[in-house]
Amino acid sequence: MENYKVTPLHEEHIKLNAKMVNFAGFHMPISYTSIKEEHEAVRNNVGMFDVSHMGEIIIKGKEAQKFVEYLFTNHVETLKAGEINYGMMLNNGGTVIDDLLVYKINDEEFFLVVNASNIGKDYSHIVEQTDGFDVVVENASEEYAEIAIQGPNTEKMIHKLLGIDLSDLKFFNFNNYEYHNHSLLISRTGYTGEDGFEIYGSDEAIIELWNIFIDQSITPCGLGSRDTLRFEANLPLYGHEISNEITPIEAGLKYFVKIDSNINFLGKAALIDQMENSLTRRVVGLELKQKSIPREGYKVFKDDEEIGYITTGYLSITTGKPIALAMINRPYTKRGTEVSVQVRNKMIPGFIRNKKFLKETK
Amino acid sequence: MSKILEGLYYSEDHEWVKVLEDNIVLVGITDFAQAELGDVVFVDLPEEGDEIVQGEEFGAVESVKAASDLVAPVSGEVIEINEDLVGEPEKVNEEPYEAWFIKVKLSDPKELDSLLNNKAYKEEISE
Repeated sequence: MENYKVTPLHEEHIKLNAKMVNFAGFHMPISYTSIKEEHEAVRNNVGMFDVSHMGEIIIKGKEAQKFVEYLFTNHVETLKAGEINYGMMLNNGGTVIDDLLVYKINDEEFFLVVNASNIGKDYSHIVEQTDGFDVVVENASEEYAEIAIQGPNTEKMIHKLLGIDLSDLKFFNFNNYEYHNHSLLISRTGYTGEDGFEIYGSDEAIIELWNIFIDQSITPCGLGSRDTLRFEANLPLYGHEISNEITPIEAGLKYFVKIDSNINFLGKAALIDQMENSLTRRVVGLELKQKSIPREGYKVFKDDEEIGYITTGYLSITTGKPIALAMINRPYTKRGTEVSVQVRNKMIPGFIRNKKFLKETK
Repeated sequence: MSKILEGLYYSEDHEWVKVLEDNIVLVGITDFAQAELGDVVFVDLPEEGDEIVQGEEFGAVESVKAASDLVAPVSGEVIEINEDLVGEPEKVNEEPYEAWFIKVKLSDPKELDSLLNNKAYKEEISE
């Protein structure tokens, strides 16, 4: 346990006898009982995650909006106060520094939620870009605890247990709420592919909420199911589908890039150049034809030629299929292309497919 | 607390070996191993007739999160594999000492002496 940071809920995880791991410098629960049970709780009912390790960076100032437009790949100019957008921050070469949520508080204040592993890097990057902009940047990561409550019954459950009616809160919107003299920021967002909410507050507030949910038998969920859930929903994870060596175009995330707008953003020129001249690979879906598990890092072949690697893969808990996201060289990215994946010392046949892993069950 | 049965042999790779009759053994993974792995979702086994060699990998047991090599605790010929585990890998979690993986005809029964008994294995996992 040397040098691990802990979240305000660390004691609660230990009390629940969670299996703990080191993740992004934090001592975090990987699961409490079983990844499968936690995964199914979120798909079918409600599950709760400690995501207090996530970073929060606040941008304030007269030119906050203009500054975030420059930093962020997705639209900010169209956001109203209380709305959120998902996108990335890029470096000049177009590769990804981090993916993040941008919450618009007002024209002069934005709340950025970034990955735990990248907080320091993101903060330095943002500060470096402030030259010429009338803005102030604050790393508020230590001030916020956060839980994610996810699953189809979450809205009902929060109404019942906290008396907070979130039925009017739309997807990718947020608002401030009061609970027992605590002020909470609640957004209808998540990382599971299910309906749900993320709740930000002080340490005391979040510990109190966590225990209310635990006392009512809401399933606590660890990083294990967080990964299996986000994977099935085709949501990227930094260090896997995106990284400082991968662009959003390669990652198949062009939808989150305002490439056609007039707004200049950091990395835009490199992306346009790549799209026009040099797109050599892309993240695609892949499925094996026999029972085996295509895991992260496994090599993908076309005949004898190595054509890429698995970025994330599982025997899907929801569909039972051996599926993966894989970074594949063109032209083998075409759907239906027959490929094989090296699983230990065997070559397992498979094919390139779409990334809508959940659609076939719902 | 992990369950350990008397009368079995154990390897440092957390496998158990049960002697059925002269030179014929079953091999599985221990309660400690299944708990460390979490939900077992797939077992990759050798084929009948394959030779396995003590200390070398002969297959894999995979949980949701990770693949873990199976290391042969003894040498010999695989004379049967447990087909039930293909359809119901969760049995490895539920009854680790019933859910055997392979039946082996030993090529060198003296190798059993290099394995741990229940007491020594208990010490091994409490370290």
